Amino acid sequence: MTAVLTWFFGRLPIGWLQLAHNRTRLIAAVAGVGFANLLVFVQLGILGALNGTTVAPYALFEADIMVSSVDANTLTDGSNVARQRLFQALAVPGVADGTPLFIANLTWQREDGTFSTLQTFGVDSEAADFLREDVAARFAPLGLEDRVLIDRSTRGLASGALDDVSPHTPFVFEANDRTLSAIGTVDVGGGFSADGALFVSDQTFMRLFGNRSPSAPNHILLKVDEGIDPIVIVDRLRDVLPAESVKVDTVENAAAADLSYQTTERPTGIIFGFGVLIGVLVGIVIVYQILATDVADHLKEYATFKAMGYGQPFFLGIVFEEAIILAVFGFVPGLLASLGLYAGLEVATGLPMEMTVDVAIMVLLGTLLACAISGAIATRRLVGADPADLF
Amino acid sequence: MDDLSNATAPVAVKGLNHWFGKGDARKQAIWDVNVTVAKGSLTVLMGPSGSGKTTVLTLMGCLRDVQDGGVRLLGHELNGISEAQAVMLRRQLGFIFQAHNLHESLTATQNVLMGLEVHGRHNSAQQVQAARHVLQLVGLGDRLDYLPANLSGGQKQRVAVARALVSNPKIVFADEPTAALDKDSGKSVVEMLKALGQQRGTTTIMVTHDNRILELADRIITLEDGRIVSDEHQH
Repeated sequence: MTAVLTWFFGRLPIGWLQLAHNRTRLIAAVAGVGFANLLVFVQLGILGALNGTTVAPYALFEADIMVSSVDANTLTDGSNVARQRLFQALAVPGVADGTPLFIANLTWQREDGTFSTLQTFGVDSEAADFLREDVAARFAPLGLEDRVLIDRSTRGLASGALDDVSPHTPFVFEANDRTLSAIGTVDVGGGFSADGALFVSDQTFMRLFGNRSPSAPNHILLKVDEGIDPIVIVDRLRDVLPAESVKVDTVENAAAADLSYQTTERPTGIIFGFGVLIGVLVGIVIVYQILATDVADHLKEYATFKAMGYGQPFFLGIVFEEAIILAVFGFVPGLLASLGLYAGLEVATGLPMEMTVDVAIMVLLGTLLACAISGAIATRRLVGADPADLF
Repeated sequence: MDDLSNATAPVAVKGLNHWFGKGDARKQAIWDVNVTVAKGSLTVLMGPSGSGKTTVLTLMGCLRDVQDGGVRLLGHELNGISEAQAVMLRRQLGFIFQAHNLHESLTATQNVLMGLEVHGRHNSAQQVQAARHVLQLVGLGDRLDYLPANLSGGQKQRVAVARALVSNPKIVFADEPTAALDKDSGKSVVEMLKALGQQRGTTTIMVTHDNRILELADRIITLEDGRIVSDEHQH
């Protein structure tokens, strides 16, 4: 290690030798940095899960454009849209097809007392091509009364509970006073507001939710003619549809707007974003404490070096060297512990906790930066001091 | 001494005054000190505690800003010198301190190497060899890779001497180098310093109140209350 670092820095790796000399402090410091990394990783993981589960439902639909109520920030909030908008939209040149989308949450209370909230999507059984391929493939039989497709990843269910579901061996359950037969399963997974998904036809949707009207869907999904940029059609639709009651955007943009709403305006997003910030601050404080103590402990030696003719860049170099070593050494256990924690949280919450390379690299670079800043602050004490005053 | 030798002397101090503290607490510590040190000599600064001898040494050695008067060090006036120039000048000097001030995480050889790396790292194998050679000269050939914690007080101070001498400095400043040592090892450290200095033509300026080593000095300057009270040449 010393030889490698000597070659790398072109001088004795004093930072490394100093750290390695005091093993107890090194271990404590690495643990501290690792812990800060863990904090940031967990917050980022939960934030990532929030982001992932926010945009995931949008990917359930094969549509180009979405028409929603102006007061709708997410798929489920806001007013309904008049079905009449669908006919107005279909009259716009370039719009190929359209269908209304109904969404509501269904509470599924089981006999053992447990319950799950199912985000229920109602779509015309003739309009299966507006659904993701795997859902569309099983969608046709849903035209029959009270047939549904259920989410096999629904939180609260024992894993594998729905593995045997098929059109011949339906899974029968009761919800909202109706007996539903699940003739197939899809894999969607829960989010922060629902535990799983349920697909039904628009007819079944009306039966399940008696207060909903076929003339007032939550959103309207549109497909554009092949070869036309959806943005162009969005502009045309905006000219036609009343801006005071509906908004029009591509499904992609609608998902992005929902995400930005969740992370900047909803408490959950803000809390986890704040958690990341706190993690970073805790990390900087830990590293600063370690480096500042180290500088204070070696002040006499540094003063001697200063008397021998070493300048400020040399001392900054030592502390940066220590900072980089701590950042890298702390990152590895921090990352490993986080992976373990992610796996545990995923099991416990059913949320998709994903460690991406991007996030890992970002955290490593952030750690290096935080360590370097702490190091620069820690050496301030040496600047401009007469060597004689340091003794 | 005349002006010509003044100009070529390694250290020439003229009308040096120095104050410590600020405002009402400001107190003059050095009063009109004038000294010219001859090249290759061993000069001892003596005096009771608080006489200002260490202050004079650090002012001469470019370790403290000169406030009033002139200090010419190796042809450079230190009064008003920039930090960058000061750093360059310090690299031509050797310092030995009262405490050895070795870096606890570095071996004897690595500590001595620090005296060379300050000039840049051009040929590391050669630098290591030079460091080992100087350690052998001070009698530590069998302790090259020891950490300071495993060396005795005298051995540590000898490593500090080796560190100060390894880059062949023109002047060595030593501040009570024997204070932490017993009589025998103290004397042997100074004898070694003097012998190596004579071989290399190094000028040595040492602060001490250790009477045991006075006999080795070429010149003894005594300070009291910040003023020179006697200046004797020996030999």
